[in-house]
Order: sequence, then structure tokens, then C-alpha cells
Amino acid sequence: MHIVVCIKQVPDSAQIRVHPVTNTIMRQGVPTIINPYDLFALEAALQLRDKFGGEVTVLTMGPPSAEDSLRRALTYGADRAVLLTDRFFAGADTLATTYALATAIRKISETFGAPDIVFTGKQTIDGDTAQVGPGIAKRLGLLQLTYVAKINEVDPAARTIEAERRSEGGVQVLKTKLPCLVTMLEATNEIRRGAMADALRAARAQIVTWSAKDAGVEDISKCGLKGSPTIVKRVFAPSARAEKAVFVDFANRPPAEALIEELFKRQPKLEAELVSSAHGF
Amino acid sequence: MIEERFDAIVVGAGMAGNAAALTMAKRGMKVLQLERGEYSGSKNVQGAILYADMLEKLIPEFREEAPLERHLVEQRFWMLDDKSHVGLHYKSDDFNEEKPNRYTIIRAQFDKWFSSKVKEAGATVLCETTVTELAQDAYGKVIGVKTDRRDGEIHADVVVLAEGVNGLLGTRAGLRDRPKPENVALAVKEMHFLPRETIEARFNLKGDEGAVIEAAGTISRGMTGMGFIYSNKECISLGIGCLVSDFQKTGETPYGLLERFKQHPSVAPLIEGSEVKEYSAHLIPEGGYNAIPELCGDGWVVVGDAAQLNNAIHREGSNLAMTSGRIAAEAIFQVKSRRDPMTKANLALYKKMLEESFVIKDLKKYKDMPALLHNQSQNFFLTYPQLVSKAMQNFLRVDGTPKKEKESSTVRSFVNARSWTGLFGDAFRFARAWR
Amino acid sequence: MSEPTKAPPAAAGRAATKKELPEHFKAYKHVWVFIEQERGQVHPVSWELMGAGRELADKLKVDLAAVVIGPPGEAVQHAAAESFCYGADLAYIVADEVLTDYRNEAYTKALTDTVNTFKPEILLLGATTLGRDLAGSVATTLLTGLTADCTALDVDADGSLAATRPTFGGSLLCTIYTLNYRPQMATVRPRVMPMPERIEKPATRIIEHKLGMVEEDIVTKVLSFIPDRDSAKSNLAYADIVVAGGLGLGSPENFQLVKGLAAVLGAEFGCSRPLVQKGWVTSDRQIGQTGKTIRPKLYIAAGISGAIQHRVGVEGADLIVAINTDKNAPIFDFAHVGIVTDAIRLLPALTEAFRARLSPHSRDRIAS
Ligand SMILES: Cc1cc2nc3c(=O)[nH]c(=O)nc-3n(C[C@H](O)[C@H](O)[C@H](O)COP(=O)(O)OP(=O)(O)OC[C@H]3O[C@@H](n4cnc5c(N)ncnc54)[C@H](O)[C@@H]3O)c2cc1C
Ligand SMILES: Cc1cc2nc3c(=O)[nH]c(=O)nc-3n(C[C@H](O)[C@H](O)[C@H](O)COP(=O)(O)OP(=O)(O)OC[C@H]3O[C@@H](n4cnc5c(N)ncnc54)[C@H](O)[C@@H]3O)c2cc1C
Ligand SMILES: Nc1ncnc2c1ncn2[C@@H]1O[C@H](COP(=O)(O)O)[C@@H](O)[C@H]1O
Repeated sequence: MHIVVCIKQVPDSAQIRVHPVTNTIMRQGVPTIINPYDLFALEAALQLRDKFGGEVTVLTMGPPSAEDSLRRALTYGADRAVLLTDRFFAGADTLATTYALATAIRKISETFGAPDIVFTGKQTIDGDTAQVGPGIAKRLGLLQLTYVAKINEVDPAARTIEAERRSEGGVQVLKTKLPCLVTMLEATNEIRRGAMADALRAARAQIVTWSAKDAGVEDISKCGLKGSPTIVKRVFAPSARAEKAVFVDFANRPPAEALIEELFKRQPKLEAELVSSAHGF
Repeated sequence: MIEERFDAIVVGAGMAGNAAALTMAKRGMKVLQLERGEYSGSKNVQGAILYADMLEKLIPEFREEAPLERHLVEQRFWMLDDKSHVGLHYKSDDFNEEKPNRYTIIRAQFDKWFSSKVKEAGATVLCETTVTELAQDAYGKVIGVKTDRRDGEIHADVVVLAEGVNGLLGTRAGLRDRPKPENVALAVKEMHFLPRETIEARFNLKGDEGAVIEAAGTISRGMTGMGFIYSNKECISLGIGCLVSDFQKTGETPYGLLERFKQHPSVAPLIEGSEVKEYSAHLIPEGGYNAIPELCGDGWVVVGDAAQLNNAIHREGSNLAMTSGRIAAEAIFQVKSRRDPMTKANLALYKKMLEESFVIKDLKKYKDMPALLHNQSQNFFLTYPQLVSKAMQNFLRVDGTPKKEKESSTVRSFVNARSWTGLFGDAFRFARAWR
Repeated sequence: MSEPTKAPPAAAGRAATKKELPEHFKAYKHVWVFIEQERGQVHPVSWELMGAGRELADKLKVDLAAVVIGPPGEAVQHAAAESFCYGADLAYIVADEVLTDYRNEAYTKALTDTVNTFKPEILLLGATTLGRDLAGSVATTLLTGLTADCTALDVDADGSLAATRPTFGGSLLCTIYTLNYRPQMATVRPRVMPMPERIEKPATRIIEHKLGMVEEDIVTKVLSFIPDRDSAKSNLAYADIVVAGGLGLGSPENFQLVKGLAAVLGAEFGCSRPLVQKGWVTSDRQIGQTGKTIRPKLYIAAGISGAIQHRVGVEGADLIVAINTDKNAPIFDFAHVGIVTDAIRLLPALTEAFRARLSPHSRDRIAS
């Protein structure tokens, strides 16, 4: 079984700072991590490989430094890593990203064997769109299972997969055919710690690095900034509300009383509404 | 267990471990370096000042590529009481030289770069791998390490312990004692982010110039300790540390001290409006010469903070770490080149070479200082700062009191607080410890 | 990715920032909202989007259309009819047995075909699991731009959709355009837009479109649907009153105080993200950018600092009350009423005080 997992290296957004004056992102010193959602996809892929044999190839499109993330993925136990990097890819929105990644997956298919499953995370923490997975599926003509909470069964012989997909108000149990694309939901598994041998192998592994040309991109104008239909026109900080909170003064009476008075004074209808909704006695 | 054998395993990818791994790898040795953090530097806490000389010995062209923050042109020493500081400032354009001597750095970034050099030199570097135990043979000789990874035991001719101040592995293997509370300081540190221009304006700097403030006094509440403020490009590192034994005695909390330090009227304006992004705590070995443990044994050497090689008086640690790491590596290489076994007797070469370097010489010079500061902490960190502040006020305030009276009142206040014999005793002890 | 040779591709970096709409796109007119219905239920986010869509259509002086996709029968007809009460000028229906359950293949074909046939200039979908699954596929098939998880929608002077969304973990907002492709697509999360008032209106123009697909064409089969157990399901997003707690509460035990107050008020309870990460509270209770957006009449936040990622989830509330020991906590920048005190002590007192005020006795007082 050959499984491709798309991972993205993202800035650890918990540590991003915005310049207080110019409102620009201060990237200095912000560490990069593997998009946390992608680790659930990677672990799901590794579990399938352990069960059925075969290989897991991790793929990322990013700057040369994204190699760090790929090496980490190898430490967890992935078998092969492909880095897609080229200045033509810079500034890609989701449509251009899916073009590049889909092209690379075709190349992976030619070079290392056709994938049975392509995994992506549910979404990234920087782009946050959850569109790249479905986009890749459409471009490659793969069936797609998004928001998968659990893979119930894969039958490599019959080439079928059965999975539980989160939807509004419940879980859909779906069955479809391989090859397909799966986007994994968060908290569905826990990424393993690779064995010492994995770590050693990862530290010394050769990362397959492809430029746009290497990956077989025919039309550069579909990549990066040029290939992106969306245009970011303005970036700005959320505006502060004009007036700050009114602080409740409770010097002379119990704070709870003071607070309730203030609320009912502000919204006279509130008390009646509360009485009708309250059922705490 | 892994079949593959290495010439040397280095535990830790801090300053000492990186220096050791780099030196051995450059000599063509087969080196494995293990680091528990996510990457080299991810767990490392330091002010941080980098001393160029020691790094130059390892990587001569480091200035061109290392992530350095600012080169230092100014040093301030402040003696604080609760409201004032008396300071000694030294700033010189001489420090704007072609190859500056001191830089501020951010360890997380610097170590990452340092580690990339180690990898380039050919060492195998594994992060997120914690060494849990040393592997020893029936005779107690260290033959490798055990890690927290599955099938994680791996062997080598020699293990370089560069695990930092805790020295847990050495203690666990019975090679050394645990550092004593009176020999380690606990430092807490925050990074305060501000726009570049603001930092330059507040510290009166231009371009990549940097300034450092070291502060001692009543902020440590009579405990042995010091605060520091270092300017980086877009942030200010600020912290304070005191001996662990003092914290135990007084019940003060490190964070309480740091808060007080930040609110001090001389400090607050420097960091006003900043965004705090990182809070960290770390130990510093401060026992000096007398606290240095055994430096080598059969199959192992210990370097850097793990060997308590730290000069608390001058706030030097990373340079001693780099130098001890390099020297240990050189010694190991010599033993290996002679095809001798890595026994205690052969590895004693490291000890000998270290004694000839500034590392041991400097630590010897100040060997009595830690004890002095510790025993007299109330005076040095509470009484004197208050007295000095009072004296300065007395000197500066123009209020019609005759100068002569002012002087004698200053002297009186010193004597009242400390007695003549006490004052002379302190001066004498201080001079002797410094010598 | 960042490009070393050029300025960062943010703001004005895109290749074609001018509108040069190709001729064949000029026929694209009108604003569409995809009406999400599953098992006979319309997701409320669809009506919220109708409200937003109406405003856009009015500004552009074009029609607002609802697009309903599903199985033939009452539910779909009813959803289409309802859309008129929420402002639709016309509705499109694609009804077919194969559309009974949501499946990407069939729904993508249904929506792309309708778009290609009737050519809308703007297409809005809810950012639900269904909406996001569908939007990504449709946008890629149509090779057009899609802006996800918008917090504000507007049209600018030359009639282009200006879609604003959080970026960089919510620390900043950015406004995104799709100038030279049609339709301009956007998804919006539930509760980000206010629910418009429902006004009874007759269903006038309904246009049915054929799917042209049979079950045999569809590979993916739905084996079953396991509904969430009702008891476990929270109605947080749509609650009128929400009480939430944050790290300031210090322990999972103290979080019970939040639940206590919520119970007395008949409110839903929620929390900030760290509590979910610590395992104190289940993830369906998280409020904020990566949790639920809420628009209650009353929101009480106890021991929550008010980080931007939390703020974006609660800003739509009518009245925000913050309890925090730190008078400089950022939450006081957007709360309406603040009280600087220890929540662990205030919450029980507040619960008691409300219980007294709202007792049956007081009920009579207010009724009379
Ligand atoms: C607040 C503060 C300010 C300082 N300021 C300065 C200054 O301005 N200038 C200066 O020169 N020095 C300063 N120092 C001292 C300096 O930081 C240290 O002396 C220096 O970092 C020591 O280097 P090291 O390699 O021995 O240890 P460390 O840098 O601590 O590195 C040890 C490494 O080993 C790893 N490790 C530990 N245990 C294991 C294990 N079991 N398995 C695998 N890996 C392990 C750790 O993760 C770490 O990366 C300061 C220290 C502090 C705390
Ligand atoms: C990509 C990303 C997405 C995120 N998404 C979300 C999200 O969806 N929702 C979310 O909430 N967060 C989210 N976060 C996290 C967010 O940035 C904050 O870290 C989080 O909201 C802080 O939670 P808190 O207010 O409970 O804790 P803290 O920030 O630690 O605040 C605790 C507050 O309690 C106060 N306090 C302490 N003791 C008391 C007491 N006894 N009584 C009263 N007050 C007290 C303190 O003064 C402080 O203000 C996200 C972060 C990232 C990076
Ligand atoms: N540059 C990239 N390289 C590889 N995979 C990516 C990239 N961008 C997005 N992905 C994958 O697509 C998923 C969804 O991303 P997004 O649409 O940005 O939220 C992620 O979880 C990744 O698995």
C-alpha cells in the first residue's frame, strides 16, 4: 500500500506577534512546527502501513527550510519525504497550492508508485481554510472523505475503504473506493514516537527535493501568486471598541447584587427574559 | 538496542555539547549527539551574552552567519534600593570594532544555527531524544546510553556529558553528587518585545549597538542574587536569579522577585508597553571552583554547566561551556589517535588541558567569592545598597545642611548599620576573594 | 511560502490587483446563497447568510437567490419556500433521489452545474463540515477563488466582493478579493452574521434544475448515519444566555461554578480553549476562533483574559459581562460591563443572588 500524506510547515501561531505600531507580523524568532492537524493524518497513514505493509510518503510545498518538518515526519516513521520548493510557488492561495500539490502527487505516482490513499489534515492553523484537501481531490479526480473521525476498514484487495465522517449533528458512515483522499479530524489518534532506528534514519535521510520543473509543472502561470485568483488587498488589526467596559462599583454592597443591578439597569427587558428561561430552582 | 556503534556520544546540544560534537566531527570522528528538546536550543535559557573569542576558536567566520542580536558597546552596573539606583556606566566607541567581543543572542535561534554547523561537520544529531541512563558494563565503565525511544540503547567508546546544570545522568550513575542548593541559582527570565526603534531610543543606541544592565540590591530581598537587562534587536531580555538555598530559606518566589524588579522605577520605563512572550526559569551553577565534580572516568567526560563550570561573578557560562566542550573533544581525539582505550587515566588529559586554560584558572581566582557573597548576603544585597542610596541623596540634595555634616552623617549611617569592624571585615574579605 | 526576491506577497503583492474581468465572466450576475439542508433540517447558518446576501444584492442592485439541493419532496420544497421569507427573490432547486444524503460527488455536480448554467457573481456557503467540503470542491472545479471563514462581507465601489477573514491565528484581519474570476465564493461560520428577521412572503420564482446523475455514477455509499446523542449535544452557538469560564478559574472543580450559574439562568456554558486542551471541558464547549461563535443576549465570562481568538467568537453578543481579577485584562476592552474581583468567590454569590431574584416569588412580582 502506498500512502501520501500532505503536511505543511506553519509558524507556531501561538507565538506570533503583531508590531504594535505598523500592524505587521513580527516573524523574528517565531518557531515553525508541523501543522498540528496534519499529525493526525500522518498517524492514521502510519497505522494503515503497519497493518497492510507498504510505504508512507510525506509531501510538502514550502520554502527550503520546510525540510525540517519533513525530517520530523521521518522521525515519526514515514518512509520517504518529498519537498516541493521553487520561487514560482511563492504567494500561492489554495487554488494554486492544490495545482502544485496535485502535480507533485502525479509525479510521486510515476516515480514511487501510485498512491492508494492521499491524506491531508483537516485544515492548517495559518491558512485555516480546509480547502486544500478537497481541492487536491478534485484535481486528481480522487474520491474524497473529509472530516474523518475514524477509518473503520480498508480492504486492499477489494480496494474499498469505510470511514466515519463527522457531519452536522452526527456521524456519516461512508464506504467508497480506493484511491481516495482523506482529511483527518483532530484528536482522532496520537502521533507515535518513532523508535531509535527511525530517528537515526531520519537524521541521515536524503530528502527528495523538486522544483516546479522537476515535479512536472507545465504551466508556471498556474502556480504561486500568478495562479491565485484571490487577492489580499488589505491586512489590518481588529479595531478596538470605542468605549471600554463600565466597571461595577461594589464598595458599599455585595458585588453580586451590584452586578445584577447594573445588568438590569442596562437591559431592562433582561430580567423578564431571565425569569422565563430560568429553571434553576 | 542499535547495532551500530559510534566513536562518541554527546548528551545535550547546548553550548558545551555543540562545541564538543563539532570539534570531534570535524576531526572525522563518528559522533552521535542526543538532545531532549525539539531542537537544539529549544529548552535553553540564557540572558544571553555571547563571548566571541571562544566561538571564534570553533567557527572563525561565525560573524557572517550566526544569528547575533546586538554587539555590546555599553555596560551598566546598578546598585538598587527600592526607589533608586546608583550606577556605573561604561560606554565606548572602541566596542564598535570590526570584530566585536561581546554580543547579545537569543539562545533558541543561536543554538539552532550552531547545531546546523554540527550537522554540516558530519555528526548525527537526534532531537526529541532524552537520555534516561548511562549504559555501564559490569565494571562500571560507561559504554553508551539508554534513551526514551523504543529500542533506544546505543553504544560508543566514550560519552560526553553536556546535559547542563542538573547533571542528572552523572548523579544517577553514581559518578557524582547532586549539585547542592547553595551552589545553584534559580534564574527567571522574560522576553519583552518592543519595536526596534523604541529599544534603541530607550537605551540610547544606534544600529546594531547593544547595552547591558546588571543590577543588584534590595530587589533580591537580602538574598544572593542579581538582575539583568539585555537589549536584543526587537526585544529586551530581563531576569533575576538567586541561590536556591536562599529561596528555600526566605520563602520568596522567583516570580515575585521578577515582578518587583520590573516595577522598579529605574526598570519599568525601559519595558513599558512591551509584549511579554516568553517566561522561563533555569538553574545556574554558582558554586565555583570548589563545586566542580570529578571531570572524567572510564568511558566518560563531563563538560559545561554539567561540570559546574560557570563563573557567576562575571556572568560567564557559555564561554566556559564552549571551551570545556572543545577541550574535552580535543583530548578524546588525542586518546583515540593513539588508539588508547577511553579509560579514566587516559581521559585525565582533558582535566590537565582544562587546568591550563582560562576556565579553571578563572574559577580558582574567585574560589572564595561564592561563599563570601552567600554568608554576607544580607549586607551585600540589602544593607549596602540602601546605605549607598542614602549617601548619594545626602550628597546631591541641596538643602542648606553644611557639607561637613552631610559627610559625617553618611559615615554614621554606614557605621550604625554595620559597625566599624563589620565594614572593614567586608572590605577585606571582598578584596581577598576578588584577588 | 515567502519569496526572497520580492516584497512579501501580502497586501499589494498579487500579480493582478486590478479588475480586468474577462468577457465571458461579464454574464455572471446576482448573489446566491447555498441553503444547507440535511434530513429535512435547514442549517440556521443558511438564513444568516440570506441576511448578508440580501445586503450585498441590494448594494449591487441584483437579485438574491437561494439554492436548495436535496431529495425530491416536502423538505426541499419547504426550504425553498422559506428562503423567500428570508429575503430571496428567487430559488433554484436541484432535487434527486441520489441527493438524499450529502455526498461530495453528487452535491458538487449539482452546484457546479447550476452555477455554470445560471451564472451567479457571488456564491455564499456556511462554513460547516458540509459547506466546507462542498465549497472547496466546487471552487476547484470552477477554478475560481474562495475565501474561507469570513467575518465580514461587503461590496466595494466597482462591485467586487470584499471578504474579510482572520489571518495569522486571528491576530490580524485581511480583506480578500476575487477580481478576475467568477463566481466570487466565500464561506461564513455559523453565528458570525446576525439572524435576519423572518417575514412571511409567498414563494414566487422557483426554478428547478435537473441533476443528470444516477446512483450507479456515484461510488461513495452512505452506510448509516449515527446522530449525536442529544444529551451530549450542546446548543451553545444558538443559546440566548451563555456563561463561560477560563483559566482564571484555576481548576476543573471551580469550573462547576460556571455550570452552576448557567443552570440557574437556564443558560448554556462554554469555555476558553486552554480548558479544552487541559481536558477539563469537552471541545464542543469551546468558544472562539477555533471553537464556536456565539451571539447571545447575555454573555458572562469568568476568568477569561479575552485573547483575540476568544474575542472573535463572542463579539456578536448584545451584552458582555467580564469577571476578572486583572483590571487591565484585554477582555475589558470589549466587554460592556466589567467587575474586577475573584470569580471563584463571585460566581457562587452571583448564582445565589440570581436564584433569589428569579424565584417563583419574583416571577409573580414581574408578571403583575
Ligand atoms: C538566566 C541565565 C542567564 C545567563 N546569562 C549568561 C550570559 O549572559 N552569558 C553566558 O556566557 N552565560 C550565561 N548563562 C549561563 C549559560 O547559559 C550556561 O553556562 C550555558 O548554557 C551552559 O551550556 P551547557 O551546554 O553546559 O548547558 P545547556 O546550555 O543547559 O545545554 C544542555 C543541553 O542538554 C540537554 N539535555 C539535558 N539533559 C538531557 C538528557 N538527559 N538527554 C538529552 N539531552 C539532555 C538540554 O535540553 C540542553 O539542550 C546564563 C544562564 C541563565 C540561566
Ligand atoms: C490558532 C489559535 C486559535 C485559538 N483559538 C481559540 C479559541 O477558539 N478560543 C479561545 O478561547 N482561545 C483560543 N486560542 C487561545 C487564546 O490565544 C488564549 O490563549 C486563550 O483564550 C486564553 O484563555 P484564558 O483567557 O482562559 O486564559 P488566560 O489568558 O490565562 O487568562 C486567565 C484570566 O483569568 C484571570 N484570573 C485569574 N484568576 C482569576 C480569578 N480568581 N478570578 C477572576 N479572574 C481571574 C486572569 O487575570 C486572566 O485574565 C487560540 C490560540 C491560537 C494560537
Ligand atoms: N503547502 C502545503 N504543502 C503540503 N500540504 C499542504 C499545504 N498546504 C495545505 N496542505 C494540506 O492541506 C490541509 C488543509 O490546508 P488548508 O486548506 O490550508 O487549511 C493541511 O492540513 C495539509 O494537509
